[in-house]
Amino acid sequence: MSAASVPSRKVVLSREAVLSMEAVKLTYPDGERRLTALDEVSLTVAAGELAAVVGPSGSGKSTLLAVAATLLRPDSGRVVVAGADTAEMSAGERTALRRERIGIVFQQPNLLPSLTAVEQLLVVEHLRGGNVRAARARAAGLLESVGLDAGRRRRRPHELSGGERQRVNIARALFAGPSVLLVDEPTSALDHERGARIVDLLAEVTRTHGTATVLVTHDRGLLGRADRVLSMRDGRLD
Amino acid sequence: MFVALRDIRFAKGRFALMGSVVTLITTLVVFLYGLTDGLAREATSAVSGLPADRIVFGAPPGAAPEVSFGDSTLDDGQIRAWRRAPGVTSAEPFGVAITRLTAGRAAADRTATSVSVIGSAQRLRPALLTGSAPGDGQVAVSGSVARDGGLRVGDRVTLGTRELTVSGVTADRSHGHAPSVWTTLATWQGVGHQRQPTALAVDGPGRPAGAVAGTTKAVPVEDALDGIDGYAAEHGTLRLVQGFLFVVSALVVGAFFTVWTVQRRPDVAVLKAVGASSGYLVRDALAQALVVLVAGAALGGAAGAAGGALASAAVPFELSAATAAVPVAAMVLLGLAGSALAVRRITSVDPLTALGAGR
Ligand SMILES: Nc1ncnc2c1ncn2[C@@H]1O[C@H](COP(=O)(O)OP(=O)(O)OP(=O)(O)O)[C@@H](O)[C@H]1O
Ligand SMILES: [Mg+2]
Repeated sequence: MSAASVPSRKVVLSREAVLSMEAVKLTYPDGERRLTALDEVSLTVAAGELAAVVGPSGSGKSTLLAVAATLLRPDSGRVVVAGADTAEMSAGERTALRRERIGIVFQQPNLLPSLTAVEQLLVVEHLRGGNVRAARARAAGLLESVGLDAGRRRRRPHELSGGERQRVNIARALFAGPSVLLVDEPTSALDHERGARIVDLLAEVTRTHGTATVLVTHDRGLLGRADRVLSMRDGRLD
Repeated sequence: MFVALRDIRFAKGRFALMGSVVTLITTLVVFLYGLTDGLAREATSAVSGLPADRIVFGAPPGAAPEVSFGDSTLDDGQIRAWRRAPGVTSAEPFGVAITRLTAGRAAADRTATSVSVIGSAQRLRPALLTGSAPGDGQVAVSGSVARDGGLRVGDRVTLGTRELTVSGVTADRSHGHAPSVWTTLATWQGVGHQRQPTALAVDGPGRPAGAVAGTTKAVPVEDALDGIDGYAAEHGTLRLVQGFLFVVSALVVGAFFTVWTVQRRPDVAVLKAVGASSGYLVRDALAQALVVLVAGAALGGAAGAAGGALASAAVPFELSAATAAVPVAAMVLLGLAGSALAVRRITSVDPLTALGAGR
């Protein structure tokens, strides 16, 4: 991570909104009618801020992340990522936005089975059209910083533990230097202690990388690390 | 090809299996190509080597002429009419018959082979390697006949019931899988017990008017090959088998990449979610298919050519680098078409599915 891409503490303290959702409404087709998954949701997350979202199953947490990730287009409302209004973007521009500005930490680590841990990060560099060879040291450094030693960095996903895979998942999401980090239940496949370590790590990278982080979780015991806790119920956020 | 090449390395077994199928089918196709061309040469080289634009087949008055060396005969009137036809610069009659050639003086080392005897003027005959052009009572034999029978210029051979002297050895030609020997039209009539020549080799455009127009039929030399006994059926069957192999191969490759693509859907969803475009992923998948196809087809091409070269001692096999490249390129292109249909599915993968818990 170059120094320039890490916002200074001052910027973090200024609470610059990096992710902002305004009156976002999203419905899914549900037989004859439509199911409202997000009902006029507004949310603003600043650089370096970790916002946790909790709520019962089916309340719309994953849908919220999908809209913030530009994987779903809202029926109405505005989604602004790093100063860009996503409503006016073409599919290609949204793909590019995800590549350059948005990091997604999936619920399942979703690593590519044929790639080693380092390569999981390098593929991101390759997709951005960067120099893969030159990025290798940076990838290794980032994996080191999330706690993967040199031996584990050369392993493929099936040779890593669940917690290690989730660390690679987080490092991959951070590799392109995103402004927004979206995390969906990163601890659901882990025991409580490992889950806690992952959330600690997320809190730490949010500070050091200055990302606007939205963390969806079930585990109320982990909420102490968040700057803000929002709860979701029936598609409404408060 | 960041992911494509690593996938091949990771799923070595599966890709090796697919590559071997491509290799085996290509081997078979290249071998068949060589065999088809070799057999075609054995069936047609005497006719296709005739220095003429068209071949004229004839029938007796009242009958319809057919493209067939077995059925065709031409009488003097028909030959004269063709020679006089406007635009026709030459019309040379020739006769074709299959008969037995027996060589060797002593009964012990006597060898018999089936040959095609072609009676014609010197103008239609292939170039002489040694000796001189045959006159009446003489015969010029193809190099292969001379080799197999140990014949030299001046030797006596029996053609059917006639004893003739070998006057020369010509370049290899054959007709209906029987190596050709060449003599005069008059000697041919005696050997083949024929009164009239079989067909005319014609140069120049145009055709005669009047009754002869209805009792003769002129076709370009390549179409006249269909008049060689069994050639059209044999050649058509071999081409059909090749065509089927190409289709089978495209389907097998398509089926493999369909299964592979379906299996990769979760990976594709993740790649899309982290910012890979559909276009990039489709190109990546096609490049992957191309690697497997080129490797498999090149190996198969080499194996087919090598196998053919070994087998050429026993079967007619003829393959040049140019003709070998055709089936190899066709295998690659058809395989690519098959995989293109399969990897098309990549475009429909929704990156949203990467976010779901159940993948
Ligand atoms: N693709 C879809 N089509 C139709 N309805 C959907 C779809 N995805 C989600 N839903 C519905 O939208 C609502 C919100 O779903 P969402 O996945 O956002 O919930 P969640 O809060 O993430 O739940 P969980 O905690 O179980 O992951 C649910 O009622 C769900 O059934
Ligand atoms: Mg969910």
